[in-house]
Amino acid sequence: MVSEASASSPEIRLSGLEQRYRTEAGGEVLALTGIDLSIRRGEFVVLIGPSGCGKTTMLRIMAGLIRPTSGTVEIAGRPLWKGGARDDSAVQELGVAFQEANLFPWMRIEENIALPLKLRGVPKAKRLERARALTELVGIKGFERRWPRELSGGMRQRAAIARALSLDPHILLMDEPFGALDAMTRDRMNVELQRIWMMQGCTVVLVTHSISEAVFLADRIVLLSPRPGRMDTIIDVPFPRPRDGDSATRPEFQAIVRDLRKRLDAMS
Amino acid sequence: MKRHVHLVATPLILAALVLLWWGYVRAFEVSPLILPSPASVGASIVDLLQSPRTWNHIWYTLYETIAGFLIAVVVGIGLGALLGKTPWLERTLNPLIVGLQVMPKIALVPLFVVWFGFGPTSKVVMAAVLAFFPVMTNTIIGIKSVERGHRDVMTSLNASRWQSLREVELPASLPFILTGMEVGIVLAIIGAIVGEYLGGSNGLGYMAVAALNAFDVPGMFAVIIILTVIGFLLYALVVMLRRFVTPWHESVLITRET
Ligand SMILES: Nc1ncnc2c1ncn2[C@@H]1O[C@H](COP(=O)(O)OP(=O)(O)OP(=O)(O)O)[C@@H](O)[C@H]1O
Ligand SMILES: [Mg+2]
Repeated sequence: MVSEASASSPEIRLSGLEQRYRTEAGGEVLALTGIDLSIRRGEFVVLIGPSGCGKTTMLRIMAGLIRPTSGTVEIAGRPLWKGGARDDSAVQELGVAFQEANLFPWMRIEENIALPLKLRGVPKAKRLERARALTELVGIKGFERRWPRELSGGMRQRAAIARALSLDPHILLMDEPFGALDAMTRDRMNVELQRIWMMQGCTVVLVTHSISEAVFLADRIVLLSPRPGRMDTIIDVPFPRPRDGDSATRPEFQAIVRDLRKRLDAMS
Repeated sequence: MKRHVHLVATPLILAALVLLWWGYVRAFEVSPLILPSPASVGASIVDLLQSPRTWNHIWYTLYETIAGFLIAVVVGIGLGALLGKTPWLERTLNPLIVGLQVMPKIALVPLFVVWFGFGPTSKVVMAAVLAFFPVMTNTIIGIKSVERGHRDVMTSLNASRWQSLREVELPASLPFILTGMEVGIVLAIIGAIVGEYLGGSNGLGYMAVAALNAFDVPGMFAVIIILTVIGFLLYALVVMLRRFVTPWHESVLITRET
């Protein structure tokens, strides 16, 4: 993985990205346009913006789930799409946590979490051991043998995060991963996520609607504006790591929160 | 309380129907050649069940039904999975499939007798042909109705086609496949019986015809009732399978809504 190209080039590079969706009625929606963004290896980038501005679309493009209408996506210096087909080796080291948990109802929680390992041929005992460690990490220990329908929405989301983490991904893409959690758990998960990220040195792109979550976690915040979705502002968040509850009370932190809120209010 | 009403009501309704039958036969003095009384049919059932020959016939019919059904399930799921995963192939073969489905397949029995002889094989084939279609079409529907979010997970994990089929598409289809199997087992019995009606000298279908030819109308009714009980048991077995195969599914919790 560590070649000359990947050492010097950004982990994710989006250039001239545009995404149109065909609607049922035969029309077209311009969901994203003019996206140019380079994400460094190991960087923590947060996407924020009003509902419908194309955050999920942007994440799905980075995950290689949709091919952009125009523009290019490069992962570690290599184009993600080559002549109509996805370069599967580029998405090898990818962890994705979707907006919906998307757990498989026919697998127990531990099997859901261990599925990425199963697909890569990790022996059963080993992958279940890893799943148990992950349930502890995301705070759903004791629920390993349950069916997804027996868990609350927030617990299901945490299981989905555990699944995204199971491969120790180089790139972690998360779409409102903590949307269904109460404020307390959410704060704890933010601290946890920061810890995991610092430990593993992975690159994270996270979508959220919470301004304070964005400022707490991000190295850089990308603010998107709607109709059509485009990049409005990029805000650097230079506070030292690890950040904690105290960081959030500092005036510089509050200043960024206020600025972001003003910009978001101006959009709606 | 209301949940258990059926435990009393069902036997009561059954008893009422038998009573009605008995009353009708008595009141209008119906000839036993047209509609025998419940008592004579009951006696006939007891008689038949004591004879080892009857059990021989029962095993025959059971074997044909179950063998045909199993073939239908294996081939139906296999072909259904192939067609469900290959949309162009399904579109191409669709007119053919619909045509075969609409065709009155019972009419093929004489042909199968010519091809496969008077033995059990022609009946197994008939049972399999009838049970196959609901299993296959339900498998196709099941595979096509996999949620987009679930497909996305497998795509983002870079799963192969085979891995997606094994881990996601087939399990997601199981509730649909089981519905197809519930229809299929009933059709398999019909296939086996009709096959026995029209050719050969074994099985309950043959027994029914033989009884009628001997003007043993109570005997024929007795065979039909034995058949009904067997059909009921096989159907119940397939329905019970749901509990074991899809314990995760809502239909297992909210019992029998599908
Ligand atoms: N599959 C699709 N077909 C048609 N239009 C789509 C599709 N997916 C998204 N869109 C449209 O593209 C735009 C952006 O959608 P997207 O889901 O990326 O927004 P989002 O920023 O993630 O919103 P939210 O914060 O509510 O999750 C919306 O106008 C949406 O209606
Ligand atoms: Mg979204």
